[in-house]
Amino acid sequence: MSEPIISIRNVTKTFGPVTAVNDVSFDIQANEFFALLGPSGCGKTTLLRIIAGFSKPSAGQILIDGQDMVEVPPNKRPVNMVFQSYAVFPHMSVEQNVAYGLQVVGTPAAEITTRVANALERVGLDDFRTRMPDQLSGGQRQRVALARALVKQPKVLLLDEPLSALDAKLREQMQLELSQLQQDVGVTFIIVTHDQDEALSMADRIAVMQDGNVDQIAEPGALYENPANRFVADFIGKVNLFDGQVSGTQGGKLSVETAVLGKVHLNHDGVAEHQVSLAIRPEKIRISKTKPDVEGQIMLRGRITDWAYYGDCSHMFVKTENATRLGVVIQNNTRDAVDALDIGDDVHLSWSPDDMLVLNK
Amino acid sequence: MAFFSRASQGPLDYHRRLWLRFYVGLTFLAIYAPIITLVIFSFNDSRRNIVWRGFTTKYYWKAWNNDSLIEAFINSLTIATVSTIVSTILRTMVALLLWRFRFPFKSAYEGLMALPIVVPEICMGVAMLAFFSRVTGFPTDWIWPFNLSAITAAHIAFSFPFVAIVVRSRLAGFNRELEEASKDLGANEWQTFWRVIFPFMKPGVIAGALLAFTLSLDDFVVTFFTSGPDTLTFPVKVYSMVRFSVTPEVNAASTVLVVITILLTIVAMRFQSPEKIATG
Repeated sequence: MSEPIISIRNVTKTFGPVTAVNDVSFDIQANEFFALLGPSGCGKTTLLRIIAGFSKPSAGQILIDGQDMVEVPPNKRPVNMVFQSYAVFPHMSVEQNVAYGLQVVGTPAAEITTRVANALERVGLDDFRTRMPDQLSGGQRQRVALARALVKQPKVLLLDEPLSALDAKLREQMQLELSQLQQDVGVTFIIVTHDQDEALSMADRIAVMQDGNVDQIAEPGALYENPANRFVADFIGKVNLFDGQVSGTQGGKLSVETAVLGKVHLNHDGVAEHQVSLAIRPEKIRISKTKPDVEGQIMLRGRITDWAYYGDCSHMFVKTENATRLGVVIQNNTRDAVDALDIGDDVHLSWSPDDMLVLNK
Repeated sequence: MAFFSRASQGPLDYHRRLWLRFYVGLTFLAIYAPIITLVIFSFNDSRRNIVWRGFTTKYYWKAWNNDSLIEAFINSLTIATVSTIVSTILRTMVALLLWRFRFPFKSAYEGLMALPIVVPEICMGVAMLAFFSRVTGFPTDWIWPFNLSAITAAHIAFSFPFVAIVVRSRLAGFNRELEEASKDLGANEWQTFWRVIFPFMKPGVIAGALLAFTLSLDDFVVTFFTSGPDTLTFPVKVYSMVRFSVTPEVNAASTVLVVITILLTIVAMRFQSPEKIATG
């Protein structure tokens, strides 16, 4: 791989007794769409602000394009930010907002005109150039913030929860547009989000953060199917967890003793501690009213207690004979799928042991 | 909106009730009748100004040609202008300081800054008199306009907190991300202040300045204690005229002051209107 565009080295940030970012190190490659994902208070925004220069790390180094940035003020860094509140200047028109970043550094007027026009065209705001921000919708204001940052031709674009203030439909549309935009302009994007769907659908790589630590950095698929630990598995998507103890290996497979499932043999190539959690994603569980005729599968009996219908799929909870509650997702592949099962039905659950994950705590 | 525009009487539609309208009218009458009388009698063609003897504007001309009255008026305008400019600049900076930084005893400092609002004006006047009689820095026998410096200093002192409150409340609604966005886009502190923070503050600064101007223009108590024989201001001059006789000339001069004050207040309120504050 080539030289990383951003290199975060042992960055720590403390606010008094609170450690917001705890000795974090990772690299971000040029033209990557990188997501910092985590629950609120996990340090992701602090890390973004450290990259932007609004916050100084207590320890560690930030390299942008090979240069140490810790002592460089935000107005001298080759990065630009799209703020959570968009921070569009209320007393300037759309055009003036976008031109601002070029004017303050003394770009020639003719160049400003063309660059502003290009930026506005790119975000689809050409017809709004003379509007004032209070005449724009939330989505349009966000486009102004995007154009204003992109017109500076930054090496890295930072986005702080850019979609959190938009309604669901617009958010979905903006997710697609942001991915498209990133590919078009060829700029590294770093997005901070607490929304796993947002991160999974847009990012090339995701860093999952918790309590100031980075738990895992991986591509979306790897993150979902091979989470590094119980927190990541639980945070990315839904998961059913079973506590157990490793009792040895048998025929190249790991044997785990669990209370609910009994003894389970499954493939696992990582290191397993003695106390582990076995995890199964809800959509990997098959559900049927009759006992399925399969060999080597894990099987449980239970009764449907809750049901949530989402159109394309249905989520339900099944209470097993030993009072464990399992989440199950079924795809509504056929039009009569919705009538096939109902609350109170006795069902059989089955899944392959190899679809299960072994998670260290 | 539709809820409030229904024909039926809403809970806040007090103005629809007759007795309340009457009550409101009575209140307005009590407040404004003296002023209206003052204005009407400024056009009275009578020297003693007790009985209405016909319409005239001659007392306006008389007031205009009264040199000492005009001198007092010019003094007032000069003091108001200078004290407004100084107190606005000072207070804007103090408001910025209080908004921007954290330092020990900040709330005590903030409270002290607002103290002149609650200190009785008469006490302030006496204090100023005592202060200036001991301090040789502001003599009243200097050449105009420097003989006004004592009054001007006093006016700066008492109008200071009023400007402050307006600017501070305006700044409280400022989104700090705007400042960060400006720096993020390559602007330095100076550019950020003049191009982002100040335009946001401007309505508050102007409103505060106009408020300070009106306060200074019609202040009597503090001015009375700090003015010398050659440094009369308009309100003090009007007071001394009244002591001889209440002529329509006094009414005319007062009417002009009322009109100026009202106009400035309207402009100040325009700058503070809610929709200007809402766009942050």
